[in-house]
Amino acid sequence: MFGPLTVNPAKSKGSKTGSWRTLLRPHYLHKNCIACRMCLMICPEGCVRGKEKNTFSVDYTYCKGCGLCADICPKKDIEMVPEESKEEGK
Amino acid sequence: MENSPLFKSGHTACAGCGQAIAARLVIEAAGANTIVVNNTGCLEVFSTKYPDTAWGVPWIHSLFENSAAVASGVEAALIYLGKKNATNVIAQGGDGSTGDIGLQALSGMLERGHDILYVCYDNEAYMNTGVQRSGLTPFDTNTTTSPAGAQSSGNIRPKKPVPEICLAHGIPYVATASVGFPQDLSRKVKKAISIKGPKYIQIHASCPLGWRHESNQMLPVAKLAVETGLYPLFEYENGVLAGRKQIIPKPVEEYLKTQGRFKHLLNNPEEIKKIQEIADNNIKKYNLKLES
Amino acid sequence: MKEFVEGSHAIAEIIKATQPGVISAYPITPQTHIVEDLAQMVANKELNSQFVNVESEHSAASVVLGGSAAGVRVYTATSSQGLFYMQEVVFNIAGMRLPVVMTCANRAISAPINIWNDQQDSISLRDAGWFQVYAEDNQEAVDFHLIAYRLAEDKRVMLPVMVCMDGFILTHGMETVDIPEQEKVNKFLPAYKPLYKLDTAEPISMGLLADPDYYMETRFAIQETMKESIGYLSGISKEFNAVFGRDYKDLLVEEYQTKDAEKVIVAMGSVCGTIKEVVDEQRAKGKKVGLLRIITYRPFPYARVYEALKNVPKVAVLDKAVSLGAYAPIAVEIKAAFYGKKKGPKVASSFVAGLGGRDITLESIHEVFRRLTVKEVNSDFIDLKPELLKEEYGE
Repeated sequence: MFGPLTVNPAKSKGSKTGSWRTLLRPHYLHKNCIACRMCLMICPEGCVRGKEKNTFSVDYTYCKGCGLCADICPKKDIEMVPEESKEEGK
Repeated sequence: MENSPLFKSGHTACAGCGQAIAARLVIEAAGANTIVVNNTGCLEVFSTKYPDTAWGVPWIHSLFENSAAVASGVEAALIYLGKKNATNVIAQGGDGSTGDIGLQALSGMLERGHDILYVCYDNEAYMNTGVQRSGLTPFDTNTTTSPAGAQSSGNIRPKKPVPEICLAHGIPYVATASVGFPQDLSRKVKKAISIKGPKYIQIHASCPLGWRHESNQMLPVAKLAVETGLYPLFEYENGVLAGRKQIIPKPVEEYLKTQGRFKHLLNNPEEIKKIQEIADNNIKKYNLKLES
Repeated sequence: MKEFVEGSHAIAEIIKATQPGVISAYPITPQTHIVEDLAQMVANKELNSQFVNVESEHSAASVVLGGSAAGVRVYTATSSQGLFYMQEVVFNIAGMRLPVVMTCANRAISAPINIWNDQQDSISLRDAGWFQVYAEDNQEAVDFHLIAYRLAEDKRVMLPVMVCMDGFILTHGMETVDIPEQEKVNKFLPAYKPLYKLDTAEPISMGLLADPDYYMETRFAIQETMKESIGYLSGISKEFNAVFGRDYKDLLVEEYQTKDAEKVIVAMGSVCGTIKEVVDEQRAKGKKVGLLRIITYRPFPYARVYEALKNVPKVAVLDKAVSLGAYAPIAVEIKAAFYGKKKGPKVASSFVAGLGGRDITLESIHEVFRRLTVKEVNSDFIDLKPELLKEEYGE
């Protein structure tokens, strides 16, 4: 007999940590992006996607709103906006 | 498209966790052909709470202090199976599990010459249990077991020099890195992986909760640790200093004032002077000063 | 092939035949000869295995944990303090359901430091989730290692096995042992095929955090598997007998002259050889005495013990370990086997002997039978030297 033992990552759903955000969430402006990928590199959740300039986006299902992507962006092309703002769909 | 296939979203690290950033950068640099052996600690708890796992690579956790030994067994098994050349093995843990309780296992792994990269995520205290002092807690840090008080300015001892201890084992690669410099971190992991034998990388990984700074302040805080000389970034290849991040040194106070764990020092020039001496010694020792 | 060899060498020979991919050990008397011999076999290219010399028993156990998790057969051996230093890894290996096989060369525990035999070390780790089998002689010790791998790697089981053999008495004792031929070993013990492993082709996570919603079931599963395994053992024993011609019956207990016995000693390990000699001697004089030897201590064979002893009026349990402040370890189990049952011994006395290597002689066993009277005793020490005891401290 076996109890809980191992986990196959393909079957792991993870927690929907986007619900942790309380105040702010990142808003990608898509104006001055140079595709340096720093936002993608620094995200503790690994939930930033994108390849070409001005295509980067964040997965709000997981984004905890820490603000590091906005902080690292050399072009100030990401802003933290109030959670209730309508700037970008959740 | 999946977010990050090797270290997936949905883990439960605190917002702005430096260790989460570092762990993802490490595994992304090492690649999918990697087996990870993890000590007990924040990273293990927040990334593998049954029935979830953040790890897209084979991953195992056994105990607090034995990742270096478990990884030695994994590596030995891979050699036996003829799979070692195609597989990287990473052992990893926090500063306490690496430099305190796991130092013996780490030393054994290094001395035996296993082809393993050991990664220490150094957030400078036992964060998982509530910010208790570790051997890698810096001098004068206020932690829950080295509290500042009427007759105390925090942790009474300087940071344990684990990279130097590793270096003394004669291993081919020892480096320090910081989440404040993610590209440098990735490069060092790739380099380490390309070298056969035991490797050690110690990554300064900020902990907003334990260091007491806002989660979005991770980058300036981490960078200041390097730019003051308090956390020198260096690389040793085959015992020779092969690289270091040169800086225009900033006064340590600039770093100290960013975090609650050093708040008690700000009106104490005598203590700040002692910490400045630590930075100055690092700057001299590793020749960090950028000549302008 | 029959050889007159030291016990440790015989164990090394059988481990060689099982072809473990990873061996790791740290030296501790009286386990050393086993791993020295294995190291030499690897050095001589007689055995293709990764022999990992570690800096502690904690790491020895961790290395075999890692090797097993990576999907290969592994082996380690230890003793006494070494086993205690391994303790948290020992529990971990069982919790992770890894089929590790370890030899425990039974030895006393500090303080005071003592390198000689008793069974306090392995018995203290009885709750770890490992099978524990105790050998009476070196033939059994050899055979039990083969059986251990079969049992541990059984897909229904996937639990570690500790083969316990009395330190020095067996490990350093010279006996004629039939060391199984490789061909027969291969027939009985197929190559290890793991159920789960660390493999980049099919990544899994092992050793996760299980919160209160998940932890209990991990323990329940091991408990149930242990219980079920009592039944698997006789099947494995039958197959072993078919290949090697040695019959260990159900592998749980050995009944020696118990059928009509009025007095039976319950014991475990090499002391049973001495007890058998006394039983034979007394039987020759017409005394109805016997021995019930516990072979498998974990899982504990309560039902078999009940069947074997239910009609015996007087039972003496002989422990080579103590549970300081409580009944002796085997005695507790024997008493538990009869609690609430209709039949059972009128007297179940408990004796402690042989701690720290004090010889258990024929006379010691006679003394146990003499003290087994209508008055039940608990943890009665045999061969104690009262002249060494004082009520108050003094140099």
